[in-house]
Amino acid sequence: MNDSFSIVGKKVFRQDAYAKVTGQAKFADDINFPGQLFAVMVRIASAHAKIKSIDYSEVINDSRLIKIIDHSNIPGNKLVGPIRNDQPIFCFDKVVTPGDVICMLIGENVDDLNKLKRKVKIDFEELPVLNDPLKSLEENSPLIHPEFENNLIIHYPLRKGNIEKGFADSDYIIEQTYRTAFVEHAYIEPEAVIAIPQETPNSVKIVGSIQNPFTCRKVVASVLNYPLANVRVIQAELGGSFGGKDDTMNILSARAAIGAMITGRPVKIKYTREESILESYKRHPYILNYKVGAKADGKITAMKIDIIADGGAYSSMSPFVTWRSVVQATGPYEIENVQTDVRAVYTNNPYTGAMRGFGSPQPIFAVESIMDELAIKLNITPDEIRRRNCFTSGSFTASGQKLEKHDVNLIKVLDTAVQKSGFKEKWIKYHSLQEFKSLEHKNLSFNDADSLILKEQDYLNNQNYLRKGIGLAVSYRGCSLGAEGIDAAAAYLSLQNDGSLFLLCGLSENGQGLRTTLSIVAAEVLGLTLDKIIYLDQDTSLIPDSGPTVASRATLMGGGAVKNAAVEIRNRLEKLLVDEWNLAGDAVFTFANDKVKYFGGGAKEISFNELCALAYKKGISLSAMGWYKGPDVHWNEETGQGSAYFTYVYGCQVAEVTLNMATGEVFIDNLIAVHNPGRVINLLGAEGQVYGGVTQGAGYALWEEINSEKGFIKELNFDQYLIPTAKDVGKIKPYFIEGRDIYGPWGAKSLGEPTLELTAAAIANAVRNAAGKRFFNLPLNLEEIFLGKKLKAESLNRGSA
Amino acid sequence: MKIKVSFILNGLQVTVETEAHRRLLDLLRDDLNLTGTKEGCAIGECGACTVVMNKLAVNSCLVLAGQIDGAEIITIEGLMKNGALHSLQQKFIEKGAVQCGFCTPGMIMSAYALLLSNKNPDEEEIKEAIAGNLCRCTGYKQIIEAIADSEI
Ligand code: FES
Ligand code: FES
Repeated sequence: MNDSFSIVGKKVFRQDAYAKVTGQAKFADDINFPGQLFAVMVRIASAHAKIKSIDYSEVINDSRLIKIIDHSNIPGNKLVGPIRNDQPIFCFDKVVTPGDVICMLIGENVDDLNKLKRKVKIDFEELPVLNDPLKSLEENSPLIHPEFENNLIIHYPLRKGNIEKGFADSDYIIEQTYRTAFVEHAYIEPEAVIAIPQETPNSVKIVGSIQNPFTCRKVVASVLNYPLANVRVIQAELGGSFGGKDDTMNILSARAAIGAMITGRPVKIKYTREESILESYKRHPYILNYKVGAKADGKITAMKIDIIADGGAYSSMSPFVTWRSVVQATGPYEIENVQTDVRAVYTNNPYTGAMRGFGSPQPIFAVESIMDELAIKLNITPDEIRRRNCFTSGSFTASGQKLEKHDVNLIKVLDTAVQKSGFKEKWIKYHSLQEFKSLEHKNLSFNDADSLILKEQDYLNNQNYLRKGIGLAVSYRGCSLGAEGIDAAAAYLSLQNDGSLFLLCGLSENGQGLRTTLSIVAAEVLGLTLDKIIYLDQDTSLIPDSGPTVASRATLMGGGAVKNAAVEIRNRLEKLLVDEWNLAGDAVFTFANDKVKYFGGGAKEISFNELCALAYKKGISLSAMGWYKGPDVHWNEETGQGSAYFTYVYGCQVAEVTLNMATGEVFIDNLIAVHNPGRVINLLGAEGQVYGGVTQGAGYALWEEINSEKGFIKELNFDQYLIPTAKDVGKIKPYFIEGRDIYGPWGAKSLGEPTLELTAAAIANAVRNAAGKRFFNLPLNLEEIFLGKKLKAESLNRGSA
Repeated sequence: MKIKVSFILNGLQVTVETEAHRRLLDLLRDDLNLTGTKEGCAIGECGACTVVMNKLAVNSCLVLAGQIDGAEIITIEGLMKNGALHSLQQKFIEKGAVQCGFCTPGMIMSAYALLLSNKNPDEEEIKEAIAGNLCRCTGYKQIIEAIADSEI
């Protein structure tokens, strides 16, 4: 850490922790408004159906019902979506996945409404259901959205060099196929939102568990056909999001808003966990085919990648998620000849969209697995194969971008992880253990050659079957939105004449700790102590549209904006002091601990609050709006070439596991995470990001999976959808390697997503090291390891296997 | 059917009249306006609704109104004493055990029940005590540290 900072890089307590540990923090469902009504959703049990008629006659006159809302009540857009408008607020002609909503009932009491909703009679005709993304593009497969000519959401090609020549030049070729599962965000707070009609005609306020208030505002305004200024979105305390409270929340907000405007009363929608899992989008399952060619010395000559992503019923963020995949699919390796095709397709499965990692955990799992296979084939260690191929300063990425103007310190990151974990020695030892190679000879009798199932006598002393393994994975990750979107953010700082400060940013506190991070940035520039800063609630009517809080961009972009605003105010205060104290124009001041000092000839000092009072008296503005815009990036859609992101971060994780060969259980003993976030702003928060991201990554590796059974989800609550508990993951140790960068506050870039994207790949490689066998399908749960295949539920009933 | 239940809530005697089928969680949140106790799953799996009842941690989503007559209940709002944070609350702040904070009240109440019966729990005992409290943000490490550092 850099000692010249007074607060940046230290362990700082969260600004909002007091409210959260006392139970005072107000999450969306903790907020109620006088006269508030509730709305419940009506669905049909079908994954693909044509709606023939809806009959409200049995409920319409019921006194417990205040209003029924369906598509006919929508004044504006009936279809919405971040990129393609294909998702209905209320379905009107078809249902394309079981989460779809046909209408909603509004009344005073949720229990009553839940009884009434069964009396809405919906006549529908079942259509053929499409669940296999590999069949989506077949000639005769059912069209999910007939308004488009086929089920292709997007196709990104990337072409670099000459792929045939690359393979012809290689000494070894490996080709493998990997698969990943649908994964639920599993924020512990289910969705909730309230829409409140405002005094000004045709205007509405939305308060809810909303990750991206500006996106939400855009959707609500388009659905109501209102100007943006008539829709005010305020973020309630957010109980976790991880990319998940975007599209779903925008649609829920629009539904609540229609209800509120029609009834003239506040309308709340609150989801149960089951509804949350049923309707909200998931992480994309990918099918990834990788073919790699390498020279005998390990240098990769060619990589051919074919990826199919299951977009589910709606396009949502698929075009952006898969774009990140095409950029990063080769991993952080300099390869001359690359051919990548990434396609996202429609099915009747739950739709998929943004989730922490955003199109990176899937290709990282595949490419890092195949890199280990290559190392094994060439008889070198996994760290060595990476050292021989990985990016260094001046390397060219698969998209032809030269890595420059930042520390390309992947080798340092890798070496740190290898050294801290003793990787090499352990890997060689576990890999070469005789036991592995002579499984059959040691009285272990497999049912078939490819399975690890043991016979009964093998269980007796299963201590013998505990095996250790170690594995690593590396990644590079483009920071912020890249060529996906408009990349700029605003922050507003308003100093009061006693030296206290209001801070507001256009990006959101989603639980990750943004309030604290941004407060630290302002405090560092102005020399304030943190207790002087009041962080205001995210509110679309008070701050410019700063885009979504996604892509690990908030510290970089929001921090940049806060710093710009704080520097502007500081410059005004310095100028005032130059005048007051008769100093030269280039006098140097220090701002720290609520004091401003000048050390030149005749040292001078003034308390920060006196300085603010003085500025106020002189009529100097004590507030500023900071704006931070990322540099331009570009992308060629046809060739997949261009400068995808303006800067990158690098990471390496090493997992050590114990594998129980008798049960298939994997326990993570140790996980070392080495990341280069540019600069650490809050060490306590940064460590928390690593612990949390790695734990989510462990869930992705070993347990988490949403099964779509003809489109229906089996795991609708935490009894079936298993996320890691306090007992499930061993030690996690974060290390930060800082690197210079010209962007972001003092070079601070991204951390939240890098922490998660590597974990499953590192664990999979550790399991390979322990088992002496590769597993190709996430999650690596008991049956995957034990049987070599996934057991699928035969029915959706609870407890059925 | 309405029933009348009396119990001690955060040190004060309260009596409420309620439908018998309602959950303790609803009484706290809707009738008594104590919204610090959260609902995350409604089936006893996430622990967000944890309160301490007769010195034990319980999922208030699984406790019916009729079961609490005569009980002593402590919620997150009852943990501060004379305006000062409880040691658990303080340590949660200091160790970085809070991110989004949605699991935090339930997590702290589970830890509080643990400390009531075991003043010096070791790491395994702490993990066991909060194994029923899901947290999606923190990875639990800083939570475990905070509890280990707290006193009753
Ligand atoms: S809400 Fe009670 S355990 Fe989840
Ligand atoms: S802090 Fe977010 S769920 Fe625990």
